[in-house]
Amino acid sequence: MIVEVRDLTVRYGAATALDGVTLSVAAGELVALIGPNGAGKSTLVNALCGIRRPASGRIDVRGRLALVPEGRHLFPSLSVDDNLRLGAWRRRERDTAHIYALLPELTPLRDRPAGRLSGGEQQMVALGRALMSRPDLLVIDEMSLGLAPKIVGSLVAHLRQRNAEDGLAVLLIEQNARLALELCTRAYVLEAGRVVAEGPAAALAGSPEIAAAYLGLEA
Amino acid sequence: MAELVQYLITGVGVGCAYALLGSGLVVIYRVTRVVNFAQGAVAVLAALTVTTLLAAGLPHGLAEGLGVLLAGAAGLLTGLVATGKPGTTPQAALIVTLGLGVLAYAVEILFWGDQPRSFPGLPGATAGVQTHYLLIASVTALVLAATAVLFARTDLGRALTATAEDPYAARIVGIDVARMGLLAFTVGGALGGLAGVLITPVQQVTFDSDVALVVNGFSAAILGNLTRPGLTLAGGLLLGVVQALAGGYWNTSYQTEVALIFMLVVLVVRAGRLSSVETA
Repeated sequence: MIVEVRDLTVRYGAATALDGVTLSVAAGELVALIGPNGAGKSTLVNALCGIRRPASGRIDVRGRLALVPEGRHLFPSLSVDDNLRLGAWRRRERDTAHIYALLPELTPLRDRPAGRLSGGEQQMVALGRALMSRPDLLVIDEMSLGLAPKIVGSLVAHLRQRNAEDGLAVLLIEQNARLALELCTRAYVLEAGRVVAEGPAAALAGSPEIAAAYLGLEA
Repeated sequence: MAELVQYLITGVGVGCAYALLGSGLVVIYRVTRVVNFAQGAVAVLAALTVTTLLAAGLPHGLAEGLGVLLAGAAGLLTGLVATGKPGTTPQAALIVTLGLGVLAYAVEILFWGDQPRSFPGLPGATAGVQTHYLLIASVTALVLAATAVLFARTDLGRALTATAEDPYAARIVGIDVARMGLLAFTVGGALGGLAGVLITPVQQVTFDSDVALVVNGFSAAILGNLTRPGLTLAGGLLLGVVQALAGGYWNTSYQTEVALIFMLVVLVVRAGRLSSVETA
Protein backbone atom coordinates (compact mmCIF):
# COMPACT_ATOMS: atom_id res chain seq x y z
CA MET A 1 0.00 0.00 0.00
CA ILE A 2 1.21 3.48 -0.81
CA VAL A 3 -1.47 5.12 1.26
CA GLU A 4 -3.45 3.64 4.09
CA VAL A 5 -6.04 5.73 5.88
CA ARG A 6 -7.68 4.19 8.95
CA ASP A 7 -10.65 5.54 10.88
CA LEU A 8 -9.82 9.09 9.92
CA THR A 9 -11.87 11.80 11.59
CA VAL A 10 -11.36 15.48 10.82
CA ARG A 11 -13.30 18.27 12.49
CA TYR A 12 -13.70 21.98 11.77
CA GLY A 13 -14.68 23.26 15.19
CA ALA A 14 -17.92 21.46 16.06
CA ALA A 15 -18.56 20.23 12.51
CA THR A 16 -17.29 16.78 11.56
CA ALA A 17 -15.99 16.83 7.98
CA LEU A 18 -14.70 13.26 7.90
CA ASP A 19 -16.11 10.59 10.17
CA GLY A 20 -14.12 7.35 10.48
CA VAL A 21 -12.94 7.11 6.88
CA THR A 22 -10.88 4.04 5.92
CA LEU A 23 -9.30 3.94 2.49
CA SER A 24 -6.21 2.61 0.75
CA VAL A 25 -4.34 2.87 -2.53
CA ALA A 26 -1.88 0.17 -3.61
CA ALA A 27 1.18 0.73 -5.78
CA GLY A 28 0.18 1.20 -9.40
CA GLU A 29 -3.52 1.30 -8.61
CA LEU A 30 -6.07 3.72 -10.09
CA VAL A 31 -8.60 4.59 -7.41
CA ALA A 32 -11.56 6.95 -7.65
CA LEU A 33 -13.18 8.86 -4.84
CA ILE A 34 -16.59 10.18 -5.81
CA GLY A 35 -19.26 11.99 -3.89
CA PRO A 36 -21.38 15.12 -3.89
CA ASN A 37 -20.27 18.64 -2.93
CA GLY A 38 -19.52 18.94 0.76
CA ALA A 39 -18.98 15.20 1.22
CA GLY A 40 -15.49 15.86 2.62
CA LYS A 41 -13.44 15.02 -0.47
CA SER A 42 -11.22 18.09 -0.30
CA THR A 43 -10.82 17.67 3.46
CA LEU A 44 -9.46 14.20 2.77
CA VAL A 45 -7.03 15.64 0.22
CA ASN A 46 -5.78 18.22 2.71
CA ALA A 47 -5.39 15.57 5.41
CA LEU A 48 -3.42 13.32 3.02
CA CYS A 49 -1.09 16.20 2.18
CA GLY A 50 -0.56 17.09 5.83
CA ILE A 51 -2.28 20.47 5.55
CA ARG A 52 -5.24 19.53 7.76
CA ARG A 53 -4.57 17.70 11.01
CA PRO A 54 -6.88 14.79 11.87
CA ALA A 55 -8.81 14.68 15.15
CA SER A 56 -8.25 10.93 15.26
CA GLY A 57 -7.25 8.01 13.06
CA ARG A 58 -4.10 7.20 11.11
CA ILE A 59 -2.67 8.13 7.76
CA ASP A 60 0.29 6.06 6.57
CA VAL A 61 2.02 7.22 3.43
CA ARG A 62 4.78 4.97 2.08
CA GLY A 63 6.20 6.59 -1.00
CA ARG A 64 6.10 10.01 -2.60
CA LEU A 65 2.77 11.72 -2.93
CA ALA A 66 2.06 14.72 -5.15
CA LEU A 67 -1.12 16.74 -5.44
CA VAL A 68 -2.86 18.33 -8.39
CA PRO A 69 -5.13 20.63 -6.39
CA GLU A 70 -8.66 21.72 -7.20
CA GLY A 71 -8.55 25.03 -9.05
CA ARG A 72 -5.01 24.19 -10.23
CA HIS A 73 -3.29 26.74 -8.00
CA LEU A 74 -0.44 27.64 -10.33
CA PHE A 75 1.88 30.56 -9.65
CA PRO A 76 0.38 33.03 -12.15
CA SER A 77 3.25 35.46 -12.70
CA LEU A 78 5.86 32.73 -13.04
CA SER A 79 6.53 31.04 -16.37
CA VAL A 80 5.38 27.51 -17.08
CA ASP A 81 8.96 26.33 -16.75
CA ASP A 82 9.37 28.06 -13.36
CA ASN A 83 6.12 26.50 -12.17
CA LEU A 84 7.49 23.09 -13.14
CA ARG A 85 10.85 23.79 -11.45
CA LEU A 86 9.11 24.56 -8.18
CA GLY A 87 7.27 21.21 -8.37
CA ALA A 88 10.31 19.38 -7.05
CA TRP A 89 11.33 22.07 -4.56
CA ARG A 90 11.68 19.61 -1.71
CA ARG A 91 13.80 17.23 -3.77
CA ARG A 92 16.02 20.02 -5.10
CA GLU A 93 15.60 18.71 -8.62
CA ARG A 94 15.44 21.50 -11.17
CA ASP A 95 15.78 19.79 -14.56
CA THR A 96 12.37 20.00 -16.24
CA ALA A 97 13.32 18.18 -19.48
CA HIS A 98 11.61 14.91 -18.54
CA ILE A 99 8.28 16.70 -18.04
CA TYR A 100 8.33 18.11 -21.59
CA ALA A 101 9.07 14.59 -22.80
CA LEU A 102 6.04 13.26 -20.89
CA LEU A 103 3.73 16.17 -21.72
CA PRO A 104 4.83 17.50 -25.14
CA GLU A 105 1.86 19.95 -25.14
CA LEU A 106 3.80 22.04 -22.61
CA THR A 107 6.85 22.60 -24.82
CA PRO A 108 5.48 25.60 -26.78
CA LEU A 109 4.16 27.15 -23.53
CA ARG A 110 7.49 26.91 -21.70
CA ASP A 111 8.17 30.65 -21.28
CA ARG A 112 4.56 31.88 -21.00
CA PRO A 113 3.31 33.18 -17.63
CA ALA A 114 1.07 30.48 -16.17
CA GLY A 115 -1.66 33.03 -15.37
CA ARG A 116 -2.17 33.77 -19.08
CA LEU A 117 -2.92 30.19 -20.12
CA SER A 118 -6.31 28.63 -20.82
CA GLY A 119 -7.91 26.40 -18.20
CA GLY A 120 -6.91 23.24 -20.03
CA GLU A 121 -3.33 24.39 -20.46
CA GLN A 122 -3.17 25.31 -16.78
CA GLN A 123 -4.42 21.87 -15.78
CA MET A 124 -1.68 20.33 -17.93
CA VAL A 125 0.92 22.52 -16.15
CA ALA A 126 -0.53 21.53 -12.76
CA LEU A 127 -0.17 17.87 -13.79
CA GLY A 128 3.41 18.49 -14.96
CA ARG A 129 4.27 20.32 -11.74
CA ALA A 130 3.01 17.37 -9.70
CA LEU A 131 4.93 14.88 -11.89
CA MET A 132 8.13 16.92 -11.36
CA SER A 133 8.54 15.37 -7.92
CA ARG A 134 8.52 11.86 -9.52
CA PRO A 135 5.65 10.71 -7.30
CA ASP A 136 4.52 7.16 -6.58
CA LEU A 137 0.98 8.40 -6.05
CA LEU A 138 -0.75 11.33 -7.69
CA VAL A 139 -3.74 12.77 -5.85
CA ILE A 140 -5.86 14.70 -8.34
CA ASP A 141 -8.66 16.89 -7.00
CA GLU A 142 -11.42 17.75 -9.50
CA MET A 143 -9.32 17.39 -12.62
CA SER A 144 -12.15 17.74 -15.15
CA LEU A 145 -14.00 20.67 -13.56
CA GLY A 146 -14.73 23.34 -16.17
CA LEU A 147 -12.67 21.71 -18.93
CA ALA A 148 -13.71 20.70 -22.43
CA PRO A 149 -14.12 16.92 -23.00
CA LYS A 150 -11.27 16.89 -25.52
CA ILE A 151 -8.82 18.30 -22.96
CA VAL A 152 -10.07 15.93 -20.27
CA GLY A 153 -9.51 13.11 -22.75
CA SER A 154 -5.87 14.04 -23.29
CA LEU A 155 -5.29 14.39 -19.54
CA VAL A 156 -6.80 10.94 -19.00
CA ALA A 157 -4.63 9.50 -21.78
CA HIS A 158 -1.53 10.90 -20.06
CA LEU A 159 -2.58 9.38 -16.73
CA ARG A 160 -3.18 5.96 -18.34
CA GLN A 161 0.24 6.11 -19.97
CA ARG A 162 2.06 7.06 -16.74
CA ASN A 163 0.20 4.28 -14.96
CA ALA A 164 1.07 1.69 -17.60
CA GLU A 165 4.69 2.75 -18.12
CA ASP A 166 5.85 3.89 -14.67
CA GLY A 167 3.33 2.21 -12.40
CA LEU A 168 2.11 5.58 -11.18
CA ALA A 169 -0.79 5.18 -8.74
CA VAL A 170 -3.63 7.71 -8.89
CA LEU A 171 -6.28 8.75 -6.41
CA LEU A 172 -8.79 10.63 -8.54
CA ILE A 173 -11.25 12.81 -6.67
CA GLU A 174 -14.04 13.68 -9.04
CA GLN A 175 -17.55 15.05 -9.22
CA ASN A 176 -17.65 13.60 -12.72
CA ALA A 177 -18.34 10.06 -11.53
CA ARG A 178 -18.66 8.64 -15.03
CA LEU A 179 -15.14 9.75 -15.90
CA ALA A 180 -13.73 8.53 -12.58
CA LEU A 181 -15.37 5.10 -12.80
CA GLU A 182 -14.23 4.66 -16.40
CA LEU A 183 -10.60 5.47 -15.68
CA CYS A 184 -10.20 3.74 -12.33
CA THR A 185 -10.31 0.11 -11.30
CA ARG A 186 -11.55 0.65 -7.76
CA ALA A 187 -13.66 3.37 -6.19
CA TYR A 188 -14.97 4.77 -2.94
CA VAL A 189 -18.18 6.76 -2.54
CA LEU A 190 -18.04 9.45 0.12
CA GLU A 191 -21.21 11.04 1.48
CA ALA A 192 -21.45 13.40 4.46
CA GLY A 193 -17.96 12.48 5.65
CA ARG A 194 -18.44 8.69 5.49
CA VAL A 195 -17.53 6.01 2.98
CA VAL A 196 -20.95 4.65 1.99
CA ALA A 197 -19.80 2.30 -0.77
CA GLU A 198 -16.58 0.85 -2.10
CA GLY A 199 -15.50 -1.82 -4.54
CA PRO A 200 -14.44 -2.44 -8.13
CA ALA A 201 -15.35 0.54 -10.30
CA ALA A 202 -17.30 -1.62 -12.74
CA ALA A 203 -19.43 -3.07 -9.93
CA LEU A 204 -20.16 0.38 -8.51
CA ALA A 205 -21.05 1.70 -11.94
CA GLY A 206 -23.45 -1.23 -12.27
CA SER A 207 -25.15 -0.62 -8.93
CA PRO A 208 -28.59 0.95 -9.40
CA GLU A 209 -28.22 3.38 -6.44
CA ILE A 210 -24.84 4.68 -7.60
CA ALA A 211 -26.05 4.93 -11.18
CA ALA A 212 -29.09 6.93 -10.07
CA ALA A 213 -27.19 9.23 -7.72
CA TYR A 214 -23.98 9.84 -9.69
CA LEU A 215 -24.37 8.75 -13.30
CA GLY A 216 -27.70 10.41 -13.99
CA LEU A 217 -29.39 7.10 -14.87
CA GLU A 218 -32.78 5.88 -13.72
CA ALA A 219 -32.53 3.22 -11.01
CA MET B 1 21.03 77.21 -10.40
CA ALA B 2 23.77 75.88 -8.14
CA GLU B 3 21.24 75.88 -5.33
CA LEU B 4 18.73 73.88 -7.35
CA VAL B 5 21.36 71.28 -8.25
CA GLN B 6 22.34 70.96 -4.60
CA TYR B 7 18.70 70.51 -3.55
CA LEU B 8 18.18 67.87 -6.23
CA ILE B 9 21.28 65.97 -5.11
CA THR B 10 20.21 66.12 -1.47
CA GLY B 11 16.73 65.02 -2.46
CA VAL B 12 17.97 62.04 -4.46
CA GLY B 13 20.20 60.98 -1.55
CA VAL B 14 17.37 61.08 0.99
CA GLY B 15 14.99 59.60 -1.59
CA CYS B 16 17.31 56.62 -2.03
CA ALA B 17 17.04 55.92 1.68
CA TYR B 18 13.24 56.05 1.46
CA ALA B 19 13.35 53.76 -1.56
CA LEU B 20 15.56 51.23 0.22
CA LEU B 21 13.38 51.26 3.30
CA GLY B 22 10.24 51.08 1.15
CA SER B 23 11.70 48.17 -0.84
CA GLY B 24 12.20 46.36 2.46
CA LEU B 25 8.50 46.92 3.18
CA VAL B 26 7.65 45.61 -0.30
CA VAL B 27 9.74 42.45 0.12
CA ILE B 28 8.06 41.70 3.44
CA TYR B 29 4.55 42.60 2.27
CA ARG B 30 4.76 40.59 -0.95
CA VAL B 31 5.67 37.39 0.84
CA THR B 32 3.71 37.75 4.11
CA ARG B 33 1.01 40.44 3.45
CA VAL B 34 2.28 42.15 6.61
CA VAL B 35 3.15 45.87 6.63
CA ASN B 36 6.16 46.02 8.93
CA PHE B 37 5.95 49.34 10.73
CA ALA B 38 9.02 48.46 12.81
CA GLN B 39 11.03 49.00 9.63
CA GLY B 40 11.97 52.57 10.59
CA ALA B 41 13.09 51.48 14.05
CA VAL B 42 15.32 48.84 12.47
CA ALA B 43 16.94 51.56 10.34
CA VAL B 44 17.55 53.76 13.39
CA LEU B 45 18.89 50.83 15.39
CA ALA B 46 21.41 50.06 12.65
CA ALA B 47 22.49 53.70 12.40
CA LEU B 48 22.93 54.13 16.17
CA THR B 49 24.86 50.85 16.38
CA VAL B 50 27.25 52.08 13.70
CA THR B 51 27.93 55.29 15.71
CA THR B 52 28.97 53.11 18.66
CA LEU B 53 31.05 50.68 16.57
CA LEU B 54 32.93 53.55 14.91
CA ALA B 55 33.52 55.20 18.28
CA ALA B 56 34.92 51.88 19.50
CA GLY B 57 37.51 52.07 16.74
CA LEU B 58 36.11 49.73 14.12
CA PRO B 59 37.02 50.76 10.58
CA HIS B 60 34.44 52.19 8.15
CA GLY B 61 32.91 49.48 6.02
CA LEU B 62 33.10 46.86 8.74
CA ALA B 63 31.08 48.99 11.17
CA GLU B 64 28.42 49.75 8.55
CA GLY B 65 28.33 46.13 7.44
CA LEU B 66 27.78 44.95 11.01
CA GLY B 67 25.03 47.55 11.40
CA VAL B 68 23.22 46.15 8.34
CA LEU B 69 23.66 42.58 9.62
CA LEU B 70 22.21 43.59 12.96
CA ALA B 71 19.27 45.16 11.12
CA GLY B 72 18.72 41.86 9.30
CA ALA B 73 18.71 40.05 12.64
CA ALA B 74 16.31 42.64 14.07
CA GLY B 75 14.08 42.10 11.01
CA LEU B 76 14.14 38.35 11.62
CA LEU B 77 13.25 38.89 15.28
CA THR B 78 10.39 41.19 14.25
CA GLY B 79 9.12 38.49 11.92
CA LEU B 80 9.36 35.83 14.61
CA VAL B 81 7.46 37.90 17.15
CA ALA B 82 4.88 39.27 14.70
CA THR B 83 4.15 36.15 12.63
CA GLY B 84 5.67 33.27 14.62
CA LYS B 85 2.38 32.11 16.08
CA PRO B 86 0.59 30.04 13.41
CA GLY B 87 -2.67 31.58 12.28
CA THR B 88 -1.72 35.18 13.07
CA THR B 89 -3.52 37.45 10.60
CA PRO B 90 -1.50 40.07 8.69
CA GLN B 91 -3.54 42.80 10.46
CA ALA B 92 -2.64 41.47 13.91
CA ALA B 93 0.99 41.14 12.84
CA LEU B 94 0.96 44.79 11.68
CA ILE B 95 -0.11 45.93 15.15
CA VAL B 96 2.64 43.80 16.70
CA THR B 97 5.23 45.50 14.47
CA LEU B 98 3.95 48.91 15.65
CA GLY B 99 4.38 47.75 19.24
CA LEU B 100 7.90 46.52 18.52
CA GLY B 101 8.72 49.93 17.05
CA VAL B 102 7.70 51.59 20.33
CA LEU B 103 9.70 49.02 22.30
CA ALA B 104 12.71 49.91 20.14
CA TYR B 105 12.45 53.54 21.43
CA ALA B 106 13.03 52.30 24.97
CA VAL B 107 16.02 50.20 23.92
CA GLU B 108 17.53 53.04 21.88
CA ILE B 109 17.12 55.65 24.62
CA LEU B 110 18.59 53.22 27.13
CA PHE B 111 21.75 52.67 25.09
CA TRP B 112 22.18 55.93 23.15
CA GLY B 113 20.14 58.57 24.98
CA ASP B 114 17.83 61.00 23.23
CA GLN B 115 20.37 63.30 21.56
CA PRO B 116 20.91 63.34 17.78
CA ARG B 117 23.88 61.30 16.58
CA SER B 118 25.77 61.01 13.38
CA PHE B 119 29.00 59.68 11.94
CA PRO B 120 31.16 60.82 9.05
CA GLY B 121 30.43 59.41 5.63
CA LEU B 122 32.66 59.47 2.57
CA PRO B 123 34.57 62.76 2.69
CA GLY B 124 35.19 65.19 -0.15
CA ALA B 125 33.39 66.06 -3.34
CA THR B 126 33.41 64.62 -6.85
CA ALA B 127 32.55 66.99 -9.70
CA GLY B 128 31.03 69.40 -7.21
CA VAL B 129 28.82 66.77 -5.58
CA GLN B 130 29.46 65.54 -2.04
CA THR B 131 30.94 62.09 -2.57
CA HIS B 132 28.72 60.53 0.08
CA TYR B 133 25.63 61.27 -2.02
CA LEU B 134 27.22 59.43 -4.92
CA LEU B 135 27.85 56.54 -2.57
CA ILE B 136 24.20 56.52 -1.45
CA ALA B 137 22.93 56.54 -5.02
CA SER B 138 25.31 53.85 -6.30
CA VAL B 139 24.80 51.52 -3.33
CA THR B 140 21.03 51.92 -3.67
CA ALA B 141 21.14 51.18 -7.40
CA LEU B 142 23.35 48.15 -6.84
CA VAL B 143 21.35 46.71 -3.97
CA LEU B 144 17.95 47.22 -5.61
CA ALA B 145 19.26 45.64 -8.83
CA ALA B 146 20.58 42.69 -6.83
CA THR B 147 17.20 42.33 -5.10
CA ALA B 148 15.45 42.33 -8.48
CA VAL B 149 17.84 39.63 -9.75
CA LEU B 150 17.24 37.60 -6.58
CA PHE B 151 13.49 37.59 -7.21
CA ALA B 152 13.55 37.10 -10.97
CA ARG B 153 16.52 34.84 -11.59
CA THR B 154 17.11 32.57 -8.60
CA ASP B 155 15.17 29.56 -7.34
CA LEU B 156 15.00 31.12 -3.90
CA GLY B 157 13.43 34.22 -5.45
CA ARG B 158 10.95 32.09 -7.39
CA ALA B 159 10.01 30.32 -4.17
CA LEU B 160 9.52 33.71 -2.46
CA THR B 161 7.32 34.86 -5.37
CA ALA B 162 5.42 31.56 -5.28
CA THR B 163 4.78 32.01 -1.56
CA ALA B 164 3.57 35.55 -2.21
CA GLU B 165 1.21 34.51 -5.02
CA ASP B 166 -0.30 31.34 -3.58
CA PRO B 167 0.76 30.17 -0.12
CA TYR B 168 -1.45 27.07 -0.39
CA ALA B 169 0.19 25.97 -3.64
CA ALA B 170 3.60 26.77 -2.19
CA ARG B 171 2.90 24.39 0.70
CA ILE B 172 1.74 21.71 -1.73
CA VAL B 173 5.06 21.70 -3.58
CA GLY B 174 6.94 21.59 -0.29
CA ILE B 175 8.02 25.20 0.16
CA ASP B 176 8.28 26.09 3.85
CA VAL B 177 5.98 29.11 3.80
CA ALA B 178 6.80 30.22 7.36
CA ARG B 179 10.52 30.12 6.64
CA MET B 180 10.05 32.15 3.45
CA GLY B 181 8.19 34.76 5.50
CA LEU B 182 11.03 34.99 8.02
CA LEU B 183 13.55 35.23 5.19
CA ALA B 184 11.55 38.14 3.77
CA PHE B 185 11.56 39.86 7.17
CA THR B 186 15.34 39.38 7.36
CA VAL B 187 16.01 40.77 3.88
CA GLY B 188 13.55 43.60 4.54
CA GLY B 189 15.25 44.44 7.83
CA ALA B 190 18.65 44.51 6.16
CA LEU B 191 17.33 46.88 3.46
CA GLY B 192 15.91 49.14 6.17
CA GLY B 193 19.20 49.01 8.08
CA LEU B 194 21.11 49.93 4.93
CA ALA B 195 18.83 52.94 4.50
CA GLY B 196 19.58 54.09 8.05
CA VAL B 197 23.33 53.53 7.75
CA LEU B 198 23.59 55.37 4.41
CA ILE B 199 21.51 58.38 5.41
CA THR B 200 22.97 59.11 8.85
CA PRO B 201 26.15 60.88 7.67
CA VAL B 202 24.02 63.49 5.83
CA GLN B 203 21.07 63.59 8.21
CA GLN B 204 21.46 63.16 11.96
CA VAL B 205 19.54 60.36 13.57
CA THR B 206 17.63 60.27 16.87
CA PHE B 207 15.61 57.50 18.45
CA ASP B 208 12.42 58.86 16.90
CA SER B 209 13.77 59.40 13.37
CA ASP B 210 12.01 56.15 12.51
CA VAL B 211 8.67 57.93 12.09
CA ALA B 212 9.85 60.11 9.20
CA LEU B 213 11.71 57.17 7.67
CA VAL B 214 8.89 54.66 7.83
CA VAL B 215 6.16 57.11 6.82
CA ASN B 216 8.14 58.19 3.77
CA GLY B 217 9.25 54.65 2.96
CA PHE B 218 5.64 53.49 3.26
CA SER B 219 4.42 56.31 1.00
CA ALA B 220 7.03 55.34 -1.57
CA ALA B 221 5.96 51.70 -1.39
CA ILE B 222 2.27 52.61 -1.62
CA LEU B 223 2.93 54.17 -5.03
CA GLY B 224 3.72 50.63 -6.16
CA ASN B 225 0.77 49.09 -4.25
CA LEU B 226 3.32 47.70 -1.77
CA THR B 227 4.24 45.09 -4.34
CA ARG B 228 6.26 46.79 -7.10
CA PRO B 229 9.90 47.61 -6.35
CA GLY B 230 10.39 49.79 -9.45
CA LEU B 231 7.58 52.16 -8.54
CA THR B 232 8.80 52.17 -4.93
CA LEU B 233 12.16 53.48 -6.11
CA ALA B 234 10.40 56.15 -8.18
CA GLY B 235 8.21 57.07 -5.21
CA GLY B 236 11.18 57.35 -2.86
CA LEU B 237 13.13 59.58 -5.21
CA LEU B 238 10.07 61.76 -5.85
CA LEU B 239 9.45 62.20 -2.12
CA GLY B 240 13.09 62.99 -1.42
CA VAL B 241 13.34 65.59 -4.17
CA VAL B 242 10.03 67.30 -3.32
CA GLN B 243 11.11 67.45 0.32
CA ALA B 244 14.48 68.95 -0.54
CA LEU B 245 12.86 71.56 -2.80
CA ALA B 246 10.21 72.47 -0.23
CA GLY B 247 12.84 72.73 2.48
CA GLY B 248 15.22 74.70 0.30
CA TYR B 249 12.87 77.22 -1.24
CA TRP B 250 10.29 77.51 1.50
CA ASN B 251 10.64 76.13 5.02
CA THR B 252 12.37 73.04 6.36
CA SER B 253 9.73 72.66 9.10
CA TYR B 254 7.09 71.68 6.56
CA GLN B 255 9.11 69.64 4.12
CA THR B 256 7.78 66.25 5.23
CA GLU B 257 4.20 67.46 5.17
CA VAL B 258 4.60 69.04 1.75
CA ALA B 259 6.11 65.87 0.35
CA LEU B 260 3.40 63.65 1.82
CA ILE B 261 0.61 65.92 0.55
CA PHE B 262 2.28 65.83 -2.84
CA MET B 263 2.31 62.03 -2.71
CA LEU B 264 -1.35 62.01 -1.71
CA VAL B 265 -2.17 64.13 -4.77
CA VAL B 266 -0.17 61.74 -6.98
CA LEU B 267 -2.08 58.79 -5.57
CA VAL B 268 -5.48 60.46 -5.96
CA VAL B 269 -4.75 61.47 -9.56
CA ARG B 270 -3.47 57.98 -10.35
CA ALA B 271 -6.48 56.31 -8.70
CA GLY B 272 -8.79 58.58 -10.71
CA ARG B 273 -7.04 57.64 -13.94
CA LEU B 274 -7.09 53.93 -13.12
CA SER B 275 -10.81 53.93 -12.31
CA SER B 276 -11.63 55.94 -15.44
CA VAL B 277 -9.75 53.29 -17.45
CA GLU B 278 -11.77 50.58 -15.72
CA THR B 279 -15.11 52.21 -16.44
CA ALA B 280 -14.19 53.04 -20.03
